[in-house]
Amino acid sequence: MESILTINNLTKKFGYLTAVKDLSFTINKGNVYGILGPNGSGKSTTLGVVLNVVNKTSGDFHWFDGNITTHDALKRVGAIIENPNFYPYMSGYDNLRLVCKIKGVDLTKIDEKLEIVGLTDRKNSKFKTYSLGMKQRLAIASALLNDPEILILDEPTNGLDPQGIHQIRQIIKDIANNGTTILLASHLLDEVEKVCSHVVVLRKGEKLYSGRVDEMISSHGFFELKTDKHDELITILENDEAFGKIKIEDQLITAFLNNPMEASTFNKLMFEKGITLSHLVKRKESLEEQFLQLTDNN
Amino acid sequence: MVRLLQLELQKLLLNRTSKILIFISFILPFTVLILSSIKINFFGFFTLELGELGIYNFPIIWHITTFFAAQFKFFFAIVVVSMIGNEYSNKTIKQNLIDGLSKKEFILSKFYTIVFFSLVATILLTLISLLIGLYYSSYNEIGIILSETEYLLGYFVKLVGFFSFCLFLGMLAKRSAFALAFLFVDFILEWIIFGLITWKANVDIAEKIQNFFPLKSMYNLIKQPFQRIAMSKFPDKESLAYDYAVHWYEIVIVIGWTALFVFLSYRLLKKRDL
Repeated sequence: MESILTINNLTKKFGYLTAVKDLSFTINKGNVYGILGPNGSGKSTTLGVVLNVVNKTSGDFHWFDGNITTHDALKRVGAIIENPNFYPYMSGYDNLRLVCKIKGVDLTKIDEKLEIVGLTDRKNSKFKTYSLGMKQRLAIASALLNDPEILILDEPTNGLDPQGIHQIRQIIKDIANNGTTILLASHLLDEVEKVCSHVVVLRKGEKLYSGRVDEMISSHGFFELKTDKHDELITILENDEAFGKIKIEDQLITAFLNNPMEASTFNKLMFEKGITLSHLVKRKESLEEQFLQLTDNN
Repeated sequence: MVRLLQLELQKLLLNRTSKILIFISFILPFTVLILSSIKINFFGFFTLELGELGIYNFPIIWHITTFFAAQFKFFFAIVVVSMIGNEYSNKTIKQNLIDGLSKKEFILSKFYTIVFFSLVATILLTLISLLIGLYYSSYNEIGIILSETEYLLGYFVKLVGFFSFCLFLGMLAKRSAFALAFLFVDFILEWIIFGLITWKANVDIAEKIQNFFPLKSMYNLIKQPFQRIAMSKFPDKESLAYDYAVHWYEIVIVIGWTALFVFLSYRLLKKRDL
């Protein structure tokens, strides 16, 4: 698969604080990646390094095949970091004109991209008169100007109202559907779950996981169970090797599987042992549960 | 190069404050020059016509106009300092780099702008001085008109040097007001060091060393012309004589500072995490 960004053993120290520690991962073409981590876990710093605004302490990274300089590579990348940064005294259109000149893109792209984010009717208003949602949409339009091979978004929905969040997510989904590679940094798990196929999980600058979202935890899921013969069921589960951890909350028993097992198989097994279940649900951990499990256990 | 210049010009000319300051820094000195060249009648009490004093004769006019026009460089210095300060306060410097401008290109776009405006100022000054001179000067031979035009070169080098200093201070302080404060601090510092050396050694050595300091070396390019005017009025007074020429080594010193300031601005940006 064609790689877009490769990071090898990247480390960044701010004085005594190590913001990113020995981080390595690869971004391949065509996938939607999420960088997950609590606040201060090094997401923005990592992006800052690969985007040429933060100097690395050690390690290295390269864009595409590694034969072009970072600032030339960035002309093929679209990126927004945290807040939209534009010249407040210029109109939206003029701001994009400036970006076009930096990236060496034809000016005709401006109207096309403004249309995508729905800012056409406000393109001649000064940037400082825009609402936060509009600023964020202008930032996306700006990142799309060069039809980037990869779009990097750092907390794109931060501080937006529900409508704004919805609009931005819709735009991101549309872009992803067009086959553009996306790298999305966020601490909002449902956001990542909804759009990303791959994740990199960071905590305190260290990588905890990188790979597909659905393989994040080598788990076979769990059963949620209720029965009248509460204690009997617990004894059976505890003695069965197919089950690992068992959690009991009031009448609800949660049993984690060590091996794959279908709900119907389990139901039959219980029925044979004389236990009738009043509640049986097989589930997999949500990203949030997986994430908390990952970040707690380490 | 044209691309980098275009970038910076768009940033400057769409900003109302810097547009006004640029306008002032060009119009004000030339208005003053033109006003001073016309005959002013003070309500019939007396008429003031500076042209009569002979200060608009070639070649001394080059010295006089460059000296006075250079005093207005402070307006454009504010523009230079704020064009860095704004990039930091709007965080657009970060966005520019993310969009694919290299750090070197960023500094160069500022430097090209400085050179561009200094060049425009020099050309305008040349034209206006030439017009005033042709009108007033008692000597109109080509040879005399073209003599001492090294003041124009001195003016250009002085502007580029001074604005490059401002560029560096802007990069250092990140905020316009602090950068201007640094400029003032350096001015005082140069005189304090001068005083210290005079105290420890003597005035001659102190002056020689001071001539290498940034602000003093820029001043040295075009020294004050008042003494020279007085000299021309009283040619027999030997005590008035002083060296007012533009020397090649003075130009070299200022070009040296310019190169250093631009290089340091780049180093500063390169080392910095934004």
